[in-house]
Amino acid sequence: MSDKVNLKIDNIAVSIKNGSTILEAAEKINVRIPTLCYHEDLCVAGNCRICVVEQTGSDRLLPACAMPVSEGMEIHTNSMKVRNARKQIVELLVSEHRADCTRCYKNGKCELQELSSEYIVGENGFIDLVAHKGYTIDNFSPSIIKDDSKCIRCQRCVRTCDQLQSISALTVAHKGESMKVSSFFDKPMFEVVCTNCGQCVNRCPTGALTEKTYLDEVWTALNSETKHTVVQTAPAVRIALGEALGMPVGEIVTGKMVSALRRLGFSSVLDTDFTADLTIIEEGNELLHRLKKVVKDKDTTVRLPLTTSCSPGWVKFIEHAFPEYLPNVSTAKSPQQMFGALAKTFYANKLKVDPENMVSISIMPCTAKKYEADRPEMRSSGFKDVDYVLTTRELALMIKQAGIDFASLPDDEYDSIMGESSGAAVIFGATGGVMEAALRTAYEVVTGREVPFEGLNITPVRGMDYIREATIKIENVLPEWDFLEGVELKTCVAHGLSNAKKVMEAVRDGKANYHFIEIMACPGGCLGGGGQPIPTSPAIRKKRSEAIYHEDELKPIRKSHENPEVIHLYEEFLKEPLGEVSHKLLHTHYTERNRY
Amino acid sequence: MKKNLQRLDLIFKNEHDTEAILRKTLDRSHDEVINDLISSGLKGRGGAGFPTGLKWKLAAEAQAEQKYVICNADEGEPGTFKDREILSSVPHKVLTGMAVCANIIGSTKGFIYLRSEYKFLKPQLLSVIDEFHKLLEVLNINFKVDIFMGSGAYICGEESALFESMEGKRGEPRNKPPFPTDFGYMGEPTVINNVETLAHTYSILKYGADKFKDLGIQDSRGSKVFSVSGDTPNPGIYELEFGMSLQKFVDDFGDGDSKAVQVGGASGFCVPRKKFVKTVIGYQGKLRGTSLPTGGSMMIFNSSRSMYNVLHNYLDFFVEESCGQCTPCRVGTQQLLLGIQAVKKGEQPSSYLDKLLVLAEAMRVTSKCGLGQSVANSFSSIVENFKEEMIY
Repeated sequence: MSDKVNLKIDNIAVSIKNGSTILEAAEKINVRIPTLCYHEDLCVAGNCRICVVEQTGSDRLLPACAMPVSEGMEIHTNSMKVRNARKQIVELLVSEHRADCTRCYKNGKCELQELSSEYIVGENGFIDLVAHKGYTIDNFSPSIIKDDSKCIRCQRCVRTCDQLQSISALTVAHKGESMKVSSFFDKPMFEVVCTNCGQCVNRCPTGALTEKTYLDEVWTALNSETKHTVVQTAPAVRIALGEALGMPVGEIVTGKMVSALRRLGFSSVLDTDFTADLTIIEEGNELLHRLKKVVKDKDTTVRLPLTTSCSPGWVKFIEHAFPEYLPNVSTAKSPQQMFGALAKTFYANKLKVDPENMVSISIMPCTAKKYEADRPEMRSSGFKDVDYVLTTRELALMIKQAGIDFASLPDDEYDSIMGESSGAAVIFGATGGVMEAALRTAYEVVTGREVPFEGLNITPVRGMDYIREATIKIENVLPEWDFLEGVELKTCVAHGLSNAKKVMEAVRDGKANYHFIEIMACPGGCLGGGGQPIPTSPAIRKKRSEAIYHEDELKPIRKSHENPEVIHLYEEFLKEPLGEVSHKLLHTHYTERNRY
Repeated sequence: MKKNLQRLDLIFKNEHDTEAILRKTLDRSHDEVINDLISSGLKGRGGAGFPTGLKWKLAAEAQAEQKYVICNADEGEPGTFKDREILSSVPHKVLTGMAVCANIIGSTKGFIYLRSEYKFLKPQLLSVIDEFHKLLEVLNINFKVDIFMGSGAYICGEESALFESMEGKRGEPRNKPPFPTDFGYMGEPTVINNVETLAHTYSILKYGADKFKDLGIQDSRGSKVFSVSGDTPNPGIYELEFGMSLQKFVDDFGDGDSKAVQVGGASGFCVPRKKFVKTVIGYQGKLRGTSLPTGGSMMIFNSSRSMYNVLHNYLDFFVEESCGQCTPCRVGTQQLLLGIQAVKKGEQPSSYLDKLLVLAEAMRVTSKCGLGQSVANSFSSIVENFKEEMIY
């Protein structure tokens, strides 16, 4: 059989690889077929039926997303029958959707709204089904709001939670008119295995799943005379914020973002990248400390592999799914929380601001960070270390509300003391970045030389493969690290929790013998986080990733341990990595949680 | 019984030739047996009417280590109860059909997917299966049959939803293609046949394709087991020849006051009195429009019945039994039900029924599986033929 199939779509000839779908064939010749349940990242469901097309000679319409092409097919995407059917589908969806668009958080960004305007769903629609269904809104989670009355049952969230994250916190329950997206025993998202990763939010076509917003709280703080507002921005925000403000994907907008934050009125505009560098120092030393205990001291109580702890979705996942491996998780807090703890201690003291009057706000590509900031452990400054977490999307909204023309803003610089960062910190935003940053530092600590990769680019840990392994042989070490001479450091990088699960199962079953594992809950790492601009796709994440590595190349300092502000912080305040102050402010512990 | 009803006696005939049939089949080439089935004209008795011989042929041609034979005994169509009787009185015929099929397609594993409500049949069936396994051992045929109990969802009678259910997942229909003969239970090539279809293969294997073909008309060959219910003095199970006119059926089974017959259950068509003469019972083919298929359900309504209530009852059923995954079926069924209620109550004008007919047609052409696609059958045929009953 030939590997190419020839068909006609709207009388245009197209030749495409055997096994492709009608939708893919149509894309190839720029014929747009509307979709709703379809998402590039997910398996095909074929359940919304909006993508139906007509095949000459076939009575029933075919779902373009699910139907493979066949030789000689004649497809019509815009026949009377197709248009009428699509209009019926849109009208049906609107009838089961609480369509109070002007009050909806997703107003203007809703895919159903777009379709209903395209197909002119007027006053003569079907009977409203929402009224007698008795929906309630689940807003107990600090991260995610689930409003079933806006759900159109496309199951993108269900497939995301199962396929990408292997969590299945969201799943389908009941059938017929009662069929709904539900959780274990229909409990609130807050009480089930949900990791707050927000990947479902990124893929929900309507306002059924949204982040919980803290915009009002932040505006209130900004307008308060007595409050000192400190804002930090995560590495992955600067390469995606532009998308939400009409700029092309992959544009680096660090300087404009800093300008905008000043214009919004934040008292101190600082950088999470600073504490990303700090995380590398603490976590890198923790790795070396553990290696010493295991390799030299033969201490059987110390656990390897060490896993990263920056991704709060991953942390909650391991607390639920592999609690027996909690001692393997680095005790180092995430950069966000290190920042929060230092802001209300070290930084407040420097500025002579009463930490009680300080409001600490972070801009994150993440919805799980909202949950992380709420964890009871995250109060080591004596206050809530991070008061409010906003997503990249929420920051974009603030900028719009303030009437700022983002694209025309001049570039500006972060404030000092906690604003300086290295390229190693920037790449935290991409999968493999923490690993690369940690290796740049740890290798140099042990050998006194830079990592043996051209331009410090540790390419084996980069890329978008779901699970990547790299081994680095440690040779010609400094005398105090002689026990590591010749050791092959085995590392593993995984992104997306379904891949994290595979890695942890391999570790559990003795099939993998790693020293250090980096895991990011979201596909692509933080650049594909649940708080990033919508939509997301492999192509978008690839562009964001290129931007991140480009930003790294542009940085004069590429290694965390060379960040002068970090060096200064140790000299003046922390004294030494893993020291007493670090232990109090920068490290944490974890909690075993239920499996369901 | 009031009248002397003409009833065939093929399927329920008390005969026990399993061993002879299996021995005979083992001696013949697979192609021969398949060609026999194809030339007999046997089509699936579940209602969809796919040619059985062709199905077996496709599965035989599929390349796989493991293949499956599944007997669909999830008899859930309202008004159908014939598979229950077949499994009670002649289960060995069904098993024989399964074993022959397994032998031809190269399968060692079979299942009977038994409707939850039929669990009382299970002990008896298991003992028949035990005996059957012993016979297979003697004949050196490597094939085992298990019973898989359904859990009560109508949609699980849809073949791909049935596989999902057997795999421990939600009973939701899959996208097709791929079809079961390529990608069925556990993703392996699978033949799934209705109980009655398998029982018919026994007769064809025993008496030959020609004998079977002698019965019926054109595209609809052989006999069919009907479940007759409603306003009839003779409710029950009847094996009748395909191709009978509805008028003849009503003459035989009606109570003299038949207003309509629902052919094929809730997912079938409603035929009003004035169309009895022109309507023939058989698969839709060349006779489309006047030939009506049925999985066996024949419900007779006399003039005391409200067709609004009948339709309301069917829609209630669909609103609950839709799996809920695809838009037209999940939301469409609810809209049809609310819609006829609103018209009846005067909350919507009678012209709203026209909007509903357009919706039903859209459901027919866009739904993912047979459930949503066939709601329009009963809806449109009842609304169009009994419009005044919907409004007043």
